Amino acid sequence: MTKTINLTLKVWRQKGPEHKGHLETYRADHISTDMSFLEMIDIVNDNLTLDGDDPIAFDHDCREGICGMCGTVVNGRAHGPEKETTLCQLHMRHFSDGDTIVIEPWRSRAFKIIKDLVVDRSALDKIIAAGGYISVNTGGAPDGNSILIPQDIAELAMDAAACIGCGACVASCPNASAMLFIGAKISQLALLPQGKPEAAGRALSMVREMDRLGFGNCTNEKECEAECPKEISITNIARMNREYFKAGYFFSKK
Amino acid sequence: MHLDSKIPGGPLPDKWDRHRFELKLVNPANKKKFEIIVVGTGLAGGSASASLAELGYNVKTFCIQDSPRRAHSIAAQGGINAAKNYTNEGDSIQRLFYDTIKGGDFRAREANVYRLAQISNHIIDQCVAQGVPFARDYGGLLANRSFGGAQVSRTFYARGQTGQQLLLGAYSALMRQVAAGMVKMFPRREMLDLVIINGKARGIVVRNLITGEIETHKGDAVVLSTGGYGNVFFLSTNAMGTNVSAAFRAYKKGALFANPCYTQIHPTCIPVHGKHQSKLTLMSESLRNDGRVWVPKNPGDKRLPHQIPESERDYYLENKYPSFGNLVPRDVASRNAKEQCDNGKGVGKTGLAVYLDFEDAIKRDGKDLIAKKYGNLFHMYDKITADNPYETPMMIYPAVHYTMGGLWVDYNLMSTIDGLFVMGEANFSDHGANRLGASALMQGLADGYFVIPYTIGGYLAGTTLEGVNESHSAFTESTQHVREGIEKLISINGKRTVDDFHKQLGLIMWDHCGMARNDQGLEKARRLIQELREEFWENVRVPGSNVEFNQSLERAGRVADFLEFSELMVMDALVRRESCGGHFNEAFQTSENEAKRDDENFSHVSAWDYKGKDADPVMRKEQLVFEHVELSQRSYK
Ligand SMILES: Cc1cc2nc3c(=O)[nH]c(=O)nc-3n(C[C@H](O)[C@H](O)[C@H](O)COP(=O)(O)OP(=O)(O)OC[C@H]3O[C@@H](n4cnc5c(N)ncnc54)[C@H](O)[C@@H]3O)c2cc1C
Ligand code: FES
Repeated sequence: MTKTINLTLKVWRQKGPEHKGHLETYRADHISTDMSFLEMIDIVNDNLTLDGDDPIAFDHDCREGICGMCGTVVNGRAHGPEKETTLCQLHMRHFSDGDTIVIEPWRSRAFKIIKDLVVDRSALDKIIAAGGYISVNTGGAPDGNSILIPQDIAELAMDAAACIGCGACVASCPNASAMLFIGAKISQLALLPQGKPEAAGRALSMVREMDRLGFGNCTNEKECEAECPKEISITNIARMNREYFKAGYFFSKK
Repeated sequence: MHLDSKIPGGPLPDKWDRHRFELKLVNPANKKKFEIIVVGTGLAGGSASASLAELGYNVKTFCIQDSPRRAHSIAAQGGINAAKNYTNEGDSIQRLFYDTIKGGDFRAREANVYRLAQISNHIIDQCVAQGVPFARDYGGLLANRSFGGAQVSRTFYARGQTGQQLLLGAYSALMRQVAAGMVKMFPRREMLDLVIINGKARGIVVRNLITGEIETHKGDAVVLSTGGYGNVFFLSTNAMGTNVSAAFRAYKKGALFANPCYTQIHPTCIPVHGKHQSKLTLMSESLRNDGRVWVPKNPGDKRLPHQIPESERDYYLENKYPSFGNLVPRDVASRNAKEQCDNGKGVGKTGLAVYLDFEDAIKRDGKDLIAKKYGNLFHMYDKITADNPYETPMMIYPAVHYTMGGLWVDYNLMSTIDGLFVMGEANFSDHGANRLGASALMQGLADGYFVIPYTIGGYLAGTTLEGVNESHSAFTESTQHVREGIEKLISINGKRTVDDFHKQLGLIMWDHCGMARNDQGLEKARRLIQELREEFWENVRVPGSNVEFNQSLERAGRVADFLEFSELMVMDALVRRESCGGHFNEAFQTSENEAKRDDENFSHVSAWDYKGKDADPVMRKEQLVFEHVELSQRSYK
C-alpha cells in the first residue's frame, strides 16, 4: 500500500569549485514510499524553484542503475543504505517517517566539485585512455567463434565488466583509491584471450596514470566492495596486483 | 525538392559492395587534413568516432553526459542481432533482412535493411575482438537466444547488460583514440545549433554545461548521433537527458525530418506508480521467452493472481496468435495489452497492467535455470516494486521506448543538408514503422563502425570545401540566436516549472498520439500543444543564470523543442491515412483489430520540410520500392 513519510534533509550546497560549501536543511514532506530517492529530490527541487531558490544540482540520467551517472553519499554511505543499489534505484520505502537524511557529494582529491552534489569524474576516463582497451581497429576481426572462451572465464570477465564507473569505490575508500575500478577493467581484459597480448603494458600504464591523477592506494579496507552497486569483487584488485607485478618483472627483464 | 535516396544499382546483395567500390576514396595522407564533428557517444557516435579516427581523420566528439561511456545506449538490456546462423536453424542474411523489413511493416528501404543484415555479422566479430564478454555456451562458443518476434535464435547478449558491454567496447576504442590524440573529446556539451556555410554543414554551436559558455566548433562534416525523441512523452524508458534538440535544430536549418509519428511502445515495462514518477523501467522482452502473459477472463476480477484458477485466466496472446504466442512483435503485444485493459481486464491498483507469469517456466525448468536467465531482471523488478516475481507474477504495461522516425538520410546516411550525416536512433532509416528487438544496437554499430567510415570519405573526396573559421558570420549569427533563446527562457520567470510543462505535454501525447490514435484525438492534441507552448513561453520558471551549471535551463531548452516537435508528430500521424507498425489509427484496422496498411497510397516515407516559424512545414515523399519482398499483411497467427 502507498504510504507517505516526512523527512528532514541536510544537503551539501556549493555554488562552484572555488566557493565554500555548507550543509543546508530542507523539508521533504508527503513523500510516497514508492518513490525513488531521486524522485524525492525532484520534489524538493520543484519547491525550491517555485520559491525562487536555486534547485539542488545532482547528476543522473538512466535512473535504472546502469549509466553510473548518479551517486552521492547518503548518511555517510555511497549510494545510500541498500546493498548493491545505485542511488537512482534506492526507494523511499527504506526510510522511515521523521528520518533526517544527510546528502553529500563524492569526496576525493581526484574528483573536484562542480556544483552541489555534482563532481568531475573525468579522471576515470583518463585512466581508461591510459590502456583500458584492446588495440584493435575496426575491420579485419576474425569470426567471433574462432576464439573459444570457456564459459566460466566469460562469466568472470563479465562480472568484472559490469562496473558502471560511478566512482562509489573511490568515494567510500578511506584512501580515495580507484583500485576497484581499475582492477575491474584490468581483470576483464586479462581474463579474456583477446586481452592477453597487451596485459602487461596495460597494467603498468593504467596504474601509473592512477598514481599521477592523485588517487590513493589500496590498504585492504574493503569499503569499495561493500559499497559497489554492481558487487564488483575485491579479488579483481588481487588480480590487478598480480598482473602488475608480473608486468613489472616482464618489463624489467627486457 | 526531390528526395534522392541514392540507392546503388545492381542486385540487392551486391549493392553495398558495388557502392563501396564506386565511392571515391580520400588519400590516406589527406585524411588528417579533415576535421569531423561527431555529436553523441552512444553506440553510433562512439563507434563512428573511433573508426574515423583510426582511419586518420581528426575527430571532435561531443556529448551531454560527464563521460562518453554514459550515453543512453548503456541501458540496452536484451541483445544484438546478427545473421550468423551459429545455431543452424536456417538463419541467413536474407532471413534477417526479410524479418526486419516485415517487422517494420514494409515501411523501410530494402537496400538499407539488406546492408544492415550483411554488416550484422562483422559487428559481432568486431565486438568480440574488443573484449566484449558475450555469453558463451559450455563449449566456449558464442551463445544465442531468440528475441522479440524472431523464430530463430540470432540474438547475442551479455547477461541483461548487452548495451552496456557494447557501449563500453566502443567507448574503449574511442578512449584509445583520445589517448592517440586523434579524437578531441568534449563532454558536458550540448549542441544547440548547426552552422551552415555555402549550403554545407560546417560546424556546431554548443553550450558548455559547466560554465554556460557558448562555444563554436568548425568542421568539414557534422555527424549527428544524438539518439531518439521518446522523451517527448515525458515518461519513457529512455534516459532522462534523451532529447530531440540536436535533430530538431538541424531540421530548422533545412534537414528533413522523416516519419516522426512512428514511435515504439514497448510491451514489457513496470507500470506507472504515481504522479511523481520520473521514468519507466523496461523489463527486457527476453522475459517473454518464458513468461506467459495473461489477464483474468472476467472484467473487474480483483482477486490476487494465485486465487484465479486456470480456467478463468485468458492467455490472450497465446490464444490469439498460436504460432508466435507471447513472442509477437512489440507493437502487437502492446496494443493487445491496452485492449485488455480498455476492456476492464487490467490488473493491479490502477487497472493498467497485465500479468507476466513465470510459474510454469519455474515448474518446467526449475528456479535455478530461470534465475540464471533472468536473475538480474527479477532482482530489479523486486527492487522497484517490492514484489518477488519468483512467487507472484510480474505486472507489466506498455511504455514509450524507441522512435523509428528521425532525420531523413540517403543510403550514405547523409541528410538533406550536404555534409550533415545522421546515424543511430536519430535517423529514420532502417526500422520502418516498427523496430524489432535487438536491432537498434545492430543498426547503431553498423552505421558507426561500417557505413559512415566509407560514405563520409566519398563525400569529402567528392566535394570542394573552402577553408572556414569560427569568426565567419554564420557562426556569429548562430551564436547570437542561441544566446537570445537562452536569455528569453531565463527572463520569463513565470510560475510553473519546466517539468510541470513536460509532464503535461507527455500526457497529451500519450492520450492522443500514443498506442492508438484517431483523427479527433490528434486534432485535439494539436490544439492542446499549441496552447501549452504559448503558456510555456509566458509562464515557465527557469531559476538561476545562463553562466553557470544550470540543469533547469538545460531541460527548458529541450522541453521548448519538444513543444514544437510534438506538433510535427501529430501532423505526421494525421496525414498517414493508414495504420502501420507503431502508428495505429483506429479508423484503419482489419476486422481482427490489426493494423491495416494502405500500400497503394502510403508506401512512402513522409519527410517534413521546415518552412519557418509562422508557416506549416511541407511534407515531401520518398516512394518506397519493393523489388525483393512481397508486401503482405503481417500475420503472427
Ligand atoms: C531500456 C532500453 C533497453 C533497450 N534494449 C535494447 C536491446 O536490447 N537491443 C537493441 O537493439 N536496442 C535496445 N534499445 C534501443 C537502443 O538502446 C537505442 O536505440 C540505441 O542505443 C541508441 O543509440 P544511439 O547511439 O543512436 O544514441 P544514444 O545511445 O541515445 O546516444 C545519444 C548520444 O547523443 C548525445 N546527445 C544527445 N543530444 C545531444 C545534444 N544536443 N548535444 C550533444 N550531445 C547530445 C548524448 O549525450 C549521447 O551521447 C533499448 C533502449 C532502452 C531505452
Ligand atoms: S542514473 Fe544511471 S545509474 Fe543512476
